[in-house]
Amino acid sequence: MDLSCTDEEEEFRARLAAWLAATLPGLPPRPDPLDWPARRAYDCGWQRRLYDAGYADVHWDASPTQRLIFLEETELAGAPYVGANFVGLLHAGPTIAAEGTPAQRARWLPPVLRGDEVWCQGFSEPDAGSDLASLRTKAVRDGDAYVVTGQKIWTSHAEVADWCELLVRTDPDAPSRHRGITWLAMPMDAPGVTVRPLRTLAGSTEFAEVFLDEVRVPVENRVGEENDGWRVTMVTLSFERGTAFVGEVVACRRLLGELARAARKNGTWDDAVLRRRLGRLSAEFQALWRIVQANVSEAQATGGVPGAGGSVFKLHYSHARQELYEAAAAVLGPDALDLGRDWTLDRLSSLSYTIAAGTSQIQRNIVAERILGLPKGR
Amino acid sequence: MDFRLTEDQQALRRGVRDLLEGRFGREALRAAVDSGGALDRDLWRGLGAAGFFALRLPEEAGGVGLGLPEAVLVFEEAGRALLPGPLVATHLAAGSVPGAAEGDVVVTEVAEGLVPWLDAADVVVGDASGAVPVRSVDPLTPLHRVPLPPPAPGGEETSPEAVLLTAAEQVGSAGRTTAEAVSYARRREQFGQVIGGFQAVKHLCAGMLVRTELARAAVRAASLTVDPVEIAGAKLLADEAATANARDCLQVHGGMGFTWEADVHLHLKRAWVRAGLRLPAARAEEAVAAGL
Repeated sequence: MDLSCTDEEEEFRARLAAWLAATLPGLPPRPDPLDWPARRAYDCGWQRRLYDAGYADVHWDASPTQRLIFLEETELAGAPYVGANFVGLLHAGPTIAAEGTPAQRARWLPPVLRGDEVWCQGFSEPDAGSDLASLRTKAVRDGDAYVVTGQKIWTSHAEVADWCELLVRTDPDAPSRHRGITWLAMPMDAPGVTVRPLRTLAGSTEFAEVFLDEVRVPVENRVGEENDGWRVTMVTLSFERGTAFVGEVVACRRLLGELARAARKNGTWDDAVLRRRLGRLSAEFQALWRIVQANVSEAQATGGVPGAGGSVFKLHYSHARQELYEAAAAVLGPDALDLGRDWTLDRLSSLSYTIAAGTSQIQRNIVAERILGLPKGR
Repeated sequence: MDFRLTEDQQALRRGVRDLLEGRFGREALRAAVDSGGALDRDLWRGLGAAGFFALRLPEEAGGVGLGLPEAVLVFEEAGRALLPGPLVATHLAAGSVPGAAEGDVVVTEVAEGLVPWLDAADVVVGDASGAVPVRSVDPLTPLHRVPLPPPAPGGEETSPEAVLLTAAEQVGSAGRTTAEAVSYARRREQFGQVIGGFQAVKHLCAGMLVRTELARAAVRAASLTVDPVEIAGAKLLADEAATANARDCLQVHGGMGFTWEADVHLHLKRAWVRAGLRLPAARAEEAVAAGL
């Protein structure tokens, strides 16, 4: 057991921290959270700065420890979140890097790193959310293209995305529903793609419905083999659960510090019950960070793809983060009912954490079946 | 950074597990309960001979020369096996109380107004005057109460190492009750299938694993940083894991879990005692909050 970093890694940390300190003050003000084109421009601008400074590929090419240092330092410094680049950098990018051909890697990876192209995720459907394998969007081979018809839902950033990592059914007669699924990269400006934004309970258009009407997707846009999309998807999901939330733990520790300062200032810190609640949350986020380090150590030793330990992390993380906002509401008092406060919007948004990227109930099934070896069942 | 166990650490853990299974397996545990919970001096010397107490003494002083991360692994195994006795106090006394390192002398301490194993101990750390016996909730941890002293100026802190090693025992117990619940859920049949196939039961078991892993990561990291705030947080999560897992394990066992014959109540009662003896939840939460 060793939590220390090598000299090389510490040098990377110091260089990054110095760059952040010099760069962050010069950033433009953050856009209105409801203005998606402005958010895309802001997030891609930040990605471009990372690219120009040589930090853009840290999610793919750096060692896992270096990636952790990157996430820790950027969050501690209060740097912008990956935002609209989330799917490209943390799901589609790693998947193409792991499963794509050299030509596909050359086509899609550099624009993601430069902040030129934004991706969204076309996995969920109205009747296939948690039961992802029951998806029905069909793709029929026609010459050198797949003709895709169906509907996707809960597609974050669809309004401003250039590409969609799309799961389609290519063999409706496959012996199991997990077979017969294919992973495609679909251009969002292709004829037949219609995006209808959905309003979340927070009032924003965070995600959208995507309607697909005989959309032609070139066969060369297929990542992995035809009908082998489920396996490719499992690679994507293990990234999603395993590492995509890592930076947010650091963000939570920072938020908790802000909350403690606010509580000391407005007197709620004198409430022992509330103070102890913040103490407990602090212990939980500290332990979650240690679990991240354990998972990353495991992934580093076994070849990079995070394992089912990601589900252990996500289960507790998503609940703890919701608890953080409940505690924040207790500290903020009347301000917690003011939609003009970031905390209030974030509290509303946090309700999605136990649903998105696999509900907590699905994660418990994964933990019970894949780690504890309990039988599959209902 | 590599937060996994080294090969040596894995070998140590295996070795301690084998040793404890041999010297204090289930039959020995139940025999100790049935006999009314007297301290087994032979077992104690056996632990001494195996280096349990001298683990962190330097080799030139006759110790094993290992560190706190290794001690945490060893105490996790002790918790897993429900090994009785004032293990932490004796381990911490090794090197300062003659005979403790070898297991010839049993050392206990006063903590939170309680003294475990007072009658069995040769040496008591702290002031045990006025101690009166109580009927301990844990059949394998006899307890005395002492009048609570007035709070010392500056706050006399429980040693962070004692807190951490106690937390490690809690993690061991949490891991064991998870394994017992899963094992039972895989063989007990109801409604024509094993109950481990029901989501209601699976989700209980998954929750147990999550609590254990969270506490284990916290305890192991704290053994490396030796940061008092991180240790307090680790104890908080380990207490939670041990007590809540014992309750969930009991629930998975159904009526069987409520009987004296099932071991789960022994885990629950010991977890309660450990939670109460060193840095109970309220103070642990305050300690972590103070670090914010």
